Amino acid sequence: MNAADQVKTTYREALRAAIREALQRDDRVFLMGEDVGRYGGCFAVSLGLLEEFGPERIRDTPLSESAFVGAGIGAAMAGMRPIVEIMTVNFSLLAMDQILNNAATLLHMSGGQCNVPLVIRMTTGAGRQVAAQHSHSLEGWYTHIPGIKVLAPATLEDARGMLWTALQDPDPVLIFEHGSLYNMQGTLAADAGAVDIRSARVRREGGDVSLITYGGTLTKTLAAAEQLEAEGIDAEVIDLRSLRPLDDATIMASVARTHRAVIVDEGWRTGSLSAEVSARITEQAFYELDAPVARVCTAEVPMPYPRHLEEAALPQPDGIMAAAREVVG
Amino acid sequence: MSRAAGEAVPEVTAVAARLDGEHRKELLRQMLLIRRFEEKCVELYSAAEIRGFVHLYIGEEAVAVGVNQALTPDDAIVSTYREHGHALVRGIPLDSVMAEMYGKTTGCSRGRGGSMHLFDVSRRFYGGNAIVGGGLPLAIGIALADRMRGEERITACFFGDGAVSEGEFHECMNLAALWDLPVLFCCENNLYAMGTALERAQAQTDLALRAGTYGMPAWPVDGMDVIAVEHAARRAAEAVREGGGPHFLELRTYRFRAHSMYDPELYRDKAEVEQWRHRDPIEMLLGRMRGAGELPDGELAAMEEKLASQIEASIAAARAAPDEPVEDLTKYVYSPESS
Repeated sequence: MNAADQVKTTYREALRAAIREALQRDDRVFLMGEDVGRYGGCFAVSLGLLEEFGPERIRDTPLSESAFVGAGIGAAMAGMRPIVEIMTVNFSLLAMDQILNNAATLLHMSGGQCNVPLVIRMTTGAGRQVAAQHSHSLEGWYTHIPGIKVLAPATLEDARGMLWTALQDPDPVLIFEHGSLYNMQGTLAADAGAVDIRSARVRREGGDVSLITYGGTLTKTLAAAEQLEAEGIDAEVIDLRSLRPLDDATIMASVARTHRAVIVDEGWRTGSLSAEVSARITEQAFYELDAPVARVCTAEVPMPYPRHLEEAALPQPDGIMAAAREVVG
Repeated sequence: MSRAAGEAVPEVTAVAARLDGEHRKELLRQMLLIRRFEEKCVELYSAAEIRGFVHLYIGEEAVAVGVNQALTPDDAIVSTYREHGHALVRGIPLDSVMAEMYGKTTGCSRGRGGSMHLFDVSRRFYGGNAIVGGGLPLAIGIALADRMRGEERITACFFGDGAVSEGEFHECMNLAALWDLPVLFCCENNLYAMGTALERAQAQTDLALRAGTYGMPAWPVDGMDVIAVEHAARRAAEAVREGGGPHFLELRTYRFRAHSMYDPELYRDKAEVEQWRHRDPIEMLLGRMRGAGELPDGELAAMEEKLASQIEASIAAARAAPDEPVEDLTKYVYSPESS
């Protein structure tokens, strides 16, 4: 195959290809979650996999997040490589006990004996008018927890490539898929495969301001950067990709070039991942800064249902541009 | 504790408990090991040599000892924060359990866990879990992994009556039964969830009856009688091992000591405790053995003496053992080979 061959795909199909590849390559891998089998996945990510791999490896669970996430932890401890799917981050709160008190803790609490090679995938984010119990971006909460890793694939390459690398990791990895991305179309190398899960990426180079974001707001941030160029502001866009651990080096190198930073985060501002990134810039690159660090976050409100209010609550290109203009001065 | 309905424990036949005197001596030795270990822990706690939460199993020894008779070294155990007994009868070396109480590097969890988090993965002992109900999903997952890999082994999951109130308990009963997983659920019903009596927390206090509604065999067992526990556990474990799906034992027992070292025991009468002490599992077994002439004069004293010296040696070793270096504070947060 020619490495330059490109195929048309979607974020959803890229995720499915990654799961299929994992199931084919490693017989310890299985997928488990609510409606992943016969229904095909609530976002149709696993459509067709039940027919291909059977009910032992594409395992529909009852609505019992704590039990099936914990079962994933136990199975991982006992030698399997489970992929557990949780429908949305809001539902993951029902499994928070297992994720924090067991998955993240067992290795240390057992003095290094019980590692948990588990991958948990879940949907996050707003933008689909599904209101206040299906729309939040709580991945920042999970980044608070030592013992787990937190990923946010924002591109087709990462949707295709992060899973395999996460499955090779001896410790628990949480993958947050933004709900607005599943239908994202594009092209991907026909032989696309595993990618690293440690580094941030510069998605657009620029010299005037660093726009630092991840996940569902990457597209909006890139759109803002394009429009800023027309105004004569040359914005760099950083895609964090790994939310825990954070790739400080890439962030600080960018800030050292641009001397200005705007963090775009779909989480609520208070106590957010954006606050952590801002603090790190202050700690590590304070003397590089020519302006205070700015943040564009979701309004501090449970997500409302009507389209116009949801749009007003979320970070939008206009808001990102305004913040960039402010720091560039 | 009347039993309104449910299945009686079937006759034990094929897997009859070994009822010979030597076997009973071993049961006695294991129960005494747990009790003397914990009595020493009380002393060490009072002397501030060990700290943290220490939850004593005294009074409940027959449960751990009896159930363990039904398990092979290949089976897995998931336990609670009241797990000294389960750990010791599993064969985790006394020295490493004691060192864990001291938080020393030689502890079975390198001192990182303490009393509530004893681990020994080499013996498939997957921990003391101190979130009530939190171990049940792990047990299910371990059993699922064994089933998927065609391993003919089972997972014994210990938890208390308090766990029955937790949502995780019901999620796990359902999932284990739905998927026919090889789990032996061992509910140590000591009548109190910390200070809350069973009848103050449960609308239906017959816990075996409730487990039975999930479609698994569930039997109440006299948890003060080690022979009865062994009988029931062997019967249930054999059925689980042969593909009979999960089984549930409600082991009716009693904790003689306070919930933890901080508990002034305002919630129960001393008379009630005294009444249960008449059914002390060690005394009950001793009575039976003496009646059968299985315990010649001097043998018990010799057993006690040996245990005492082993425990003293474990204390000396723990005191002398090194602390984890502070430079290693964040070790084991992620695996060393983590990408």
